[in-house]
Parts: sequence; structure tokens; C-alpha cells
Amino acid sequence: MEPLLSQLSRPQRTNRQHTPGVDPAAAVANSHPGLGRFLRQAPPLLPEVSELDAVRHFTRLSQKNFSVDTHFYPLGSCTMKYNPRVCNTVAMQAGFLQRHPLASAQSGQGVMACLFELQEMLRQLTGMAALSLTPMAGAQGEYAGVAMIAAYHRQRGDVQRSEMLIPDAAHGTNPATAALCGFSVREIATDGNGDLDLAALAAALGPQTAGLMLTNPSTLGVFERRIGQIAQMVHQAGGLLYYDGANLNAIAGRVRPGEMGFDAIHINVHKTFATPHGGGGPGAGPVGVSERLRPFLPIPMVAQGDEGQFYWLTEEHCPLSIGRLSTFSGNIGVLLRAYAYLRLTGGEGMRRVASFATLNANYLMARLTQAGFQAAFPARRATHEFIITLQQEAKQFGVTALDFAKRLLDYGFYAPTIYFPMLVPECLLIEPTETESLESLERFVAAMVAIRQEAMENPQQVRQAPLAVPVPLGGHSRLDDTLAARKPNLRW
Amino acid sequence: MPFIPHTPQEVQEMLSVLGVEQLEQLFEEIPGALLCQEALPLPTPLNEIGLTRLMRARAGQDRALLCFAGAGAYEHHIPAAIWEIATRGEYYSAYTPYQAEASQGTLQVLYEYQSMMAALLQMEVVNASLYDGATALAEAILMAIRSRPNLPKRVLLPDNLHPHYRQVLQGMLTGQAIEMVALPFDRQGGQIDAQALAAHVPGSFAALVVAQPNFFGTLEDVEQLTDWAHAQQALLIAVVNPLSLGLLQAPGSWGTTGADIACGEGQPLGIPLSSGGPYFGFMGCKQSLLRQMPGRIAGRTLDRDQEEGFVLTLQAREQHIRRAKATSNICTNQGLMTVAATIYLSLLGPTGLQQTALACHQNTMAMATHLQQIPGVRLFFDRPFFHEIVLQLPVDAQALHTALEREGFCAGVPLGSYYPEMANMLLLCATEMRTADEMEQLARAMRAQLPQER
Repeated sequence: MEPLLSQLSRPQRTNRQHTPGVDPAAAVANSHPGLGRFLRQAPPLLPEVSELDAVRHFTRLSQKNFSVDTHFYPLGSCTMKYNPRVCNTVAMQAGFLQRHPLASAQSGQGVMACLFELQEMLRQLTGMAALSLTPMAGAQGEYAGVAMIAAYHRQRGDVQRSEMLIPDAAHGTNPATAALCGFSVREIATDGNGDLDLAALAAALGPQTAGLMLTNPSTLGVFERRIGQIAQMVHQAGGLLYYDGANLNAIAGRVRPGEMGFDAIHINVHKTFATPHGGGGPGAGPVGVSERLRPFLPIPMVAQGDEGQFYWLTEEHCPLSIGRLSTFSGNIGVLLRAYAYLRLTGGEGMRRVASFATLNANYLMARLTQAGFQAAFPARRATHEFIITLQQEAKQFGVTALDFAKRLLDYGFYAPTIYFPMLVPECLLIEPTETESLESLERFVAAMVAIRQEAMENPQQVRQAPLAVPVPLGGHSRLDDTLAARKPNLRW
Repeated sequence: MPFIPHTPQEVQEMLSVLGVEQLEQLFEEIPGALLCQEALPLPTPLNEIGLTRLMRARAGQDRALLCFAGAGAYEHHIPAAIWEIATRGEYYSAYTPYQAEASQGTLQVLYEYQSMMAALLQMEVVNASLYDGATALAEAILMAIRSRPNLPKRVLLPDNLHPHYRQVLQGMLTGQAIEMVALPFDRQGGQIDAQALAAHVPGSFAALVVAQPNFFGTLEDVEQLTDWAHAQQALLIAVVNPLSLGLLQAPGSWGTTGADIACGEGQPLGIPLSSGGPYFGFMGCKQSLLRQMPGRIAGRTLDRDQEEGFVLTLQAREQHIRRAKATSNICTNQGLMTVAATIYLSLLGPTGLQQTALACHQNTMAMATHLQQIPGVRLFFDRPFFHEIVLQLPVDAQALHTALEREGFCAGVPLGSYYPEMANMLLLCATEMRTADEMEQLARAMRAQLPQER
């Protein structure tokens, strides 16, 4: 293990190059006379390391990560595509970085032009009537969407609509968000083809229905073909339709959620629009709406005046808004990267993204099927991702999806998403993305085949995986999650 | 094709494996009426040369102003090493570290972040970060309410809390039917009005929120407030500026037993202003509240060979396991921002942090002295402050602010839109970045804009 920073620390080792010149002798004279009683008694117990120690430490730690820049990352539902370097470079310019959030709109016309155009491009791509960029992550975009649905019903005095319908295959954030907005959650079953069970939906709909939250293509990696009928059923019952944009990469530029009948949608720009995942954030989750939800959009939004100048729409312009979701205006730095990406791809490029993401997924599914793996929905066309079930392997060799996932790490692949969606047993949810080459896909197939061979011949070895992810990468065999939760050790 | 590696020949090979002739056929399951026949009318794609040209022009349009604004986002020195390292592809393009063995870098950084923040806050446990300061406070309130199921769903919220935080709370807490009771501030000192507390009896609310420093920059009597809240059986939620803790008392040591939850905006720790984001929210709490804490948490454990390593832990609290019963719907943390903050704290260390905080305070003192010499200008609150002051002007603050912007200053934040009775007040900040000369320039420019006679 790389030593902890605290182990590298030596008392009184300082980095003067980063400290302002403060005269300690004049500390009292130059401070407020009443400050004394508010002061900390002893300095915080932080490590004292040199700049070189710190640079080496954090560089070495970085080398222990798998990342898109270093490894194939077929993590289903996460769209781990290449994050173009130029998008980072152009967003990290001093003009953008130095701007204070409360500086006037006049002094920020450059960044606001980018945001305005991004709003318009995303509106085009989603087919929604209006859009706000302010949510700071997908889950917050979801929150905004569901809160708007709540506000809509409330404003109409339709207060009995207390229930949100959510397919059993949905992301965990969907029910968590509905609960946060005060709704109770009713799960809707999925049928054998991976489609929503329409009889179950019909039975669930009623005057208590606030809406339905749907991901399309679904988390099962298939397109919900009867979406038109579903939208009609939900709307007829007085509910609204929420689109979880997690899988937008599959259809971007080809199918617009607005035309499928959705009333609210969030977009994960860190998926479809190639902004970095950053080891778990920051993301951004713009939210789009149909005409009837427009008044409720979260603030602030960028608007353009008659003379071309950009200004912020705030609560003054939007009295029915569900309000502010972040201290300032959301994750603007992330949005700038998405803007740069969209300017590189254009409309034609986004269509291409969807085509090649779909091609790669279908090809990989076909090759794995040829190699004897079982697809969860073999009769269906895969979208940008697909599910393999290892139920057979688990039964025959006693080797689980988790074991396969961990063994893939030894082979130099990040693992696919496992045990999600929960309704497919021993599942791997695999999403290659459009940026992977044919060679990567073939290497992955070869690794899967080799692991199955190992499972047959020496299942114990696979169950022990990872045997040791190569040093200096992890350098670890399988880590004990149970121990971590039973005796939490959360700081040094 | 941009970012798509397939050669025409490979495309043909792949299609033939699938038994189809054209890419379009891969969308055959989608009802035809839903398919767009042509590319959507987005701007014509640029190459990297064109994009760079465009974005250079856009960044150039954003005016570089001499910044005396704070109000929740502060210009501080950001050591060059921070973003050189944080934007390494291994941090930048990695996913949430769910596969621990392939994510030890990010996980160890999170563990070190939690450790250093715990030391700074003097809190027993810290999570791996939340979106930003305002949403961290919303989560803290939800957590306090969950952990006090026998008390009314009511919190006391001072009017001297950042107005944008109050707006975010309005939005995020209404769905949970949580009542927010406003606490007025003292007109002399800007701190929470101690007399207003008497109206609240023990057991009538679940938590008291205290911002130190408050939105006006002045310092609260945190010892008394903490003990008072505990005497009423309520939790004390501290909202703090992490950089100020190089100098000021940590929330874990407030009063007899310390704040129960501490949260705030992490931006001062190495994050650029960037028009407001991305930043990160931080949250720490007492051990007894750990299982009510939202968000990701990294923990130390052992592997099969008894080697120490790190995993995301206590995931049973989270949405991907508990779904509708989770502690929050939050899914991401602000991973890359915590990498930056961790490097920041390592480079500054205890001495650097203390000196930086002290320099901020002293610069603000010096600025206050300068500006008060202008006729008609005075410091509105008489309490000790950290690094922000409210200046009372003889004119409308917004008008002066606009005039000074033309001169190249971001001269603080006018308070009239937040507090209508404070239309001639300006909230100003001078961090360690401001020089004596720059403060002089501001004073000169302000003097020139104001009427000469009192």
C-alpha cells in the first residue's frame, strides 16, 4: 500500500511558496481586537509534507486507478466513453476560471453565450419545450423533474396524486428521488421480453398516480417499443411522464424523448456528452420539460435579450419555479466541457455516436453469444448496452458474476456493472461505448472466454479473484467489504 | 470520425457478424414514427482548431475584474500542482470506485480527504463529499430530522444565513414537510439575535443552524448557541468556511459537547471560482449519527492477504441498495473536487492554512480601515469578523457596484436584493490574494464615485 500522507509527515515541514507573507509578530496588532475568543486553541492536525512528497504521493495514487484513459471500462449504464482532452483544455482557461459567480452578467457574456447555446442544443436533441442547466448531477436533475411534477399537480389543486410509478428495473435513484419529493413508490413489473408489463401498469394507474418514471432504452438494454401507448395511458390517467436520461447515448440525435411523450427529462452530461466522471463527480444533470411544466423549471437559466445580450432568469422572471438547486448556477465548468463536446460533434456527430455505440454493443453481444455466453434477451436488438446472465456458469462451476467481474480486473479490464438490474440473476450489464475499437472488443471476448475456461478447470482460482491486480495498479487481492462495514475505519 | 475508431472495413466486418447491411437497421425495433430521418439542426461541427479559436474568444469575453467579492465563493491562491495532478487521466476519467481493487487511488484519496477534513472540523466522521455548500446543509437538516424522530419536523434558520442557501432549503425541504422558522439577526452586530431564541421551548424543534462566520462575515457566539441548542434537546448544525478553520475554533469543539453536524462549501480549498461551480459540499458528524449520514464514505479494510486497502463502505444507507428508503437520493459525490481539496490541504498544511486564514483576516481589516476613511462610508456591524465586512454607503450600493465594475473591480455584493432594507450596503471581502496596493486602488475608485461632501 502507498503510505498514508500522515505517515509521510514531519513536524514543521512547510511549503513557504504557498503561504502569504504574514508577520507573526504583528499578528495581534493587525487583527480585530475582539477576535481572540473565537480562535482555535491548536492548529488542525494536518500532515506536514513537502510539495515533492505530495506530488509523488498523489501521482503514485493516481497510478492505482483504472480509468478510461488507461483501460477498457465496459461499465453498463455509465457510458464510460473517451473524454476528449481538448474539452478540458478549453474549459480550464483563466477567463472562465477566474469569474466570480456573483459578478454581473455583463462581465460574463462569454460563458453565458456558451451556456445559452448549450441549452438550445440540448433542447434540440431532446425535443423538449424548455430546459434548465442548473442541476448538479443526474440525481439532482431527477429531483428537479419529480419536484416539477409535484408542483404541477399542486398548482392544479390535484392534491390526491401521491404515488409515483417506477419499473422494477429502474436505477435506485428513481425511487429515492420520488421519496425525497414526498411521493410513495409503486413498482411496475417487467415482462419476459424486457418491456414494461402493460397489464400491471393499467392496474396501477388511477387518480392517485402522479406520474411514471421511465428509462428508455431501459436498464435492460432494450428499447421500450410501446412507449406511445404507455404515454397515452399515463396521460389519460392524469399522470405525467418522467424520462431518466441515463441511456440517452443509445438514441441521441435519432429519437427525441419529447416526441415519445415525456414531460420531464434529465440528461447526464457525464455520460452522453463525454464530460469526465472524475472518480465520482462532478457531473451535471440538465433538466428539460414539455410546455406544461415550463413555468416550474429550476432557476437560474440563461436568456437572450433583444440586443443579443445574455442575462439570468431568476425568481423574478419565474415566480412558479421550484427554485434554486445550488448555491450559484450549477456546475458551469462541467457544462462548458459538454458544450465543447457538442460543438465538436454537431448533429451528424451525435447520430454517429448513437449508431456506433449500438454497433459496438450488438457486436459484442453477438460475439459473446457465439462464444457460448447467455444473453438475457437474445431475441431483442441490443441498444448501447446489453445483459449477459452467468446463471449457467454459477450453477455449473460455482463461479458468480462477482467472481467474473473481479477476475476481469486481473486481465486488465474494468468490470461491467454487476447485479443490476436486479431482476436478471447473475448479470453483467455491458456497455462498450462508441469510442472503443474492434480490437478492444475482441480482447474482451477473449478474456471472458479464458475466464470461463478457468472457471471450468479451476473454479477456486476465479472465486479468489482478483489474485493480485498488477502492482503498481491495485496490488490487492479481493478486499473485504463486510469487515469494512462491520468495523468502520473512516479516517486515520 | 471524431472519437470513433472504426475503419470502413471494420464496420462492414461487424455488420456482417450481425447479419445486417446498414447501421440504420440496428434501430429497427424503434417505431418508425419516432425516428428522426436527418441530423438535428445543431451548429456545424468544428475541428479542434476551430473549437480552440471559439473558446479562446469566449473566455476572452469574460472580463478579468479585481475581485473583492465573497458571499460564499472566494478567490484564493491555488497551487499549480493541484490541477496538474487532479486532471491526470487516472483521476479525471475514472468512475466511482465501486470496484475497489481497480480504484485504490481514488479510494485512498477519499480516505485521506475524510481524515484531514475530520481533523480540520474536529468531527468524528466525514463523508466523501456532497454537491455544494447549500445542498450539504439541506442534507444535514434532513439527517437531523431523521435522527430525531420524536421531535417536530422543525428547524431554526437564521436570517443571516446565506440567502441562496435559504432558497435552496425552501426548494429541497418542502417535499418533506419540514418547517423552517426564521431567526432574526441583531442589527448592531449581524449575529443571531439572542433574545429571539427565548421564544423557542425545549422539544419544539429538531435543530438549530448556525453559520460561522455568518453571511455578513461577523462571528457568532457559537459556544452559547451550541449549549443552548443542546439544552433544548435539539441538534446543532454548523455551517463553516473550511479555510477559516485554520484560525477559528472548529465546530467539533463548540460549547460543552460540540456541534453535532458540520457542513459547508469546500470551494476555498483549491477550487477555482468558475462562475459558481463545480464546487463541493462537505459534511462531518458525531459517530452516533454516522448511519444517518448521506453520501459516499470510504473505509479502510483488509484484502485476502491481510494487506490494508480501501473500499466504499456502509453502502446500505444509499439509494442503489435501499432505493426509496435511502438516506438521500444522492448518487455522485464531487470526486475530482475532493482530489483537489486533498492536495490543497497537503500542500498548505497546518501552518499554511493558519497563515492564509490570518492573511485574509488582516487584509480585510486593512481594507475596512481604508474604506472607512471615505466620507459617508462606515462599517455597518460592530462585531468581530473573519474576512468579510458590510459597508454602509451614502448611495445605492448597486449603482456604485455597477460604476466600479466599469473601472475594473468586482466590488463585493450589493445586499439590497437580499435584504431590501440594506439597499445601500455592500458585502466586501479581501482574501490573501489582495495586495495593499489593490486595496488602495479600490478606496481611490470608490472615493471618486461618491459625493465629496457629507
